[in-house]
Formats: sequence, C-alpha cells, structure tokens
Amino acid sequence: MPDSTVALHHEEQRPELLHHFAEPQQQRDASSLGMWVFLATEIMFFGGLFLAYLVYRLKYFGDFGAASKTLAVGLGATNTAVLICSSLTVVLAVWAAQTARRTLLIGSLVLTIVLGLVFLGIKGIEYKDKFDEHHVPGASFSFEKVPVPGHPNQYADPHHAQLFFSLYFVMTGLHALHMIIGLGIFLWLLTMAWKGRFTPDYNTPVEIGGLYWHFVDIIWIYLFPLLYLIDRHP
Amino acid sequence: MSGNSKSSPLPTYFAVFFALLAGTALTVYASTLDLGKFNAAVALTIASIKATLVALFFMHIKGASEKLTKLVVVAALFFLLLLLGLTMTDYATRMWS
Repeated sequence: MPDSTVALHHEEQRPELLHHFAEPQQQRDASSLGMWVFLATEIMFFGGLFLAYLVYRLKYFGDFGAASKTLAVGLGATNTAVLICSSLTVVLAVWAAQTARRTLLIGSLVLTIVLGLVFLGIKGIEYKDKFDEHHVPGASFSFEKVPVPGHPNQYADPHHAQLFFSLYFVMTGLHALHMIIGLGIFLWLLTMAWKGRFTPDYNTPVEIGGLYWHFVDIIWIYLFPLLYLIDRHP
Repeated sequence: MSGNSKSSPLPTYFAVFFALLAGTALTVYASTLDLGKFNAAVALTIASIKATLVALFFMHIKGASEKLTKLVVVAALFFLLLLLGLTMTDYATRMWS
C-alpha cells in the first residue's frame, strides 16, 4: 500500500517522467542518445550521395566545374546565411524553454519556421531558373557550348554536366525534403509551446527537434561549397 | 544539459553565430581566388570548422553529460570516412590498370 501511494505521488509531481525512467536526466539522455543514433544513420544516408558526388567530381572534373558555374552563388550564399540564422533561433528556442521564457520560445519557433520557409522559397526560385535554363536532367536537358573552366577552347560534355545536375537535384532535393519535415516538427513544437507544455523540467522535444534542425543545417554547410563554389575563380 | 549551467550560454551562441556567418563570407571569398588544387581543401576545411562549431555548441556535444552520445558521433564519422576512404582507394588507383 505505501508503495503505490509513493508511486502515485511521484507521478503526480512529475507527469512527464515516464515510469521506466529513474529520473528526468536519464530520460533526457535516452532521448538525446536515440536522436543521435538516428542522425548517425542520416549521416550514412547523405554519405552515399556525397560519395557519388566525390567519385564523379574527380572523374569529370572540368565538366562538373562548368556545370557548377551556372548555379546562382548569391542565392546559395543567402540561403546559407538564412539557415545559420535559423540555427541561432533554434538554440534560442531551446534556451528559452529551459529558462521558462514563453515569449522568446514562441517567437524563436515562429522565426525558425519563417526562415525555413524563406530557405525553401529561395530554393524554389533556383529550381525555377534551372527549369528555364533547361538544366534539369531529362529529355529537354541542354548544356551546349559551355566552356570548361581553365580551358576556354574546350566545351563541357553535356552528359557529364547532366550527371552534375542530377546530383545537384537529388542532394538539394533530399535536403529540401528534410527541411519540409523539419518545418512540420517545428509547427508541432510551436503548438505544444503555445499550450504551455514545455517547462524547465520538460523541454526534451525542443532540444531533440533542434538537433534535427542543426543536422540539416550541417548538411547544407557541406552542400553549399561542394555544389556552388567549385571552380569559381577566373 | 545546460539546465544546470551557472552562466548564460547566450554569449557563446552569438559568438558561434557570427563565426558561422564569417565562415560563409570567407568561403565565398576564397572560392574567387585561384588556389589551384587547394581551393577544394580550403572550402572543405571551412565547411568542417563550421559543422564542428554547430555540433559542439548548438547541438551541445560539448558538455553532453552522456559519453555514449559522443561515442555515437565518433562512430558515425568513422564509418563515413570508411565509406569515403575505402571507395577512393579503389577509384583513385584505377588509372594504373
């Protein structure tokens, strides 16, 4: 009898603490570890694409350089800055949840979502330009008489350039898909925050969602130089 | 977790934020210079420094109470390098055949 009263009392005091955990710290660490294991699988997921990129970049070096030069560096750099700003708003959200700052928490989550949408909007503009330029792999792909960087008299092989754009669309597309999933997660976090679910004792979802967002940011940190910045110099 | 930290982490967050923005500007600038083979090396070094900053300070790897988390990160990077490294030992040496 005394045991059950203790257990009841315990659950009443900390409703977020699941019964199979001894203490909140252990529960937090378990969630965080689980997320990191998932991110490890994501690293291998993107790793395969980075490997494909590496192999073909070395094989068709000049063609990839020529194709890369047609990307809009300004838009890519802006998107990098947008993602970095969103990473800052994410850590602010986590900190706000830990220190019970409701206005800052909700404001940071809203800003993160807005910045995520800005990123996708800019990406959409870039994709549209690629369609207009016939740089989308497929039947209408055209990449004629584009000189290879460093070799003004030599034109890039359209087939090899098409391979670059295939990798460009798969890698940035998969990244954009992760952004869309991240936006869904942050919308959910926003509703939870609005309902006042997060307290200094329980804010693991904000922290875990933040890990996911930062990971997607890290992927872009590598995609930007690899896709946009190769062979820019005159 | 930073729940039990004594001082505010905000100065660190903003310092990392500005370092990341500076790194982005630097990598765009560096790409306009002709460094020969070192262009890719410089770009990847800057990207790796930025990624490390994000992981250590924004993702709280630095100060993570659970050592297993750090082990998972190191293991993931190890297997990524194995994937890239072992494949390149094949592709990079094919011109000999």
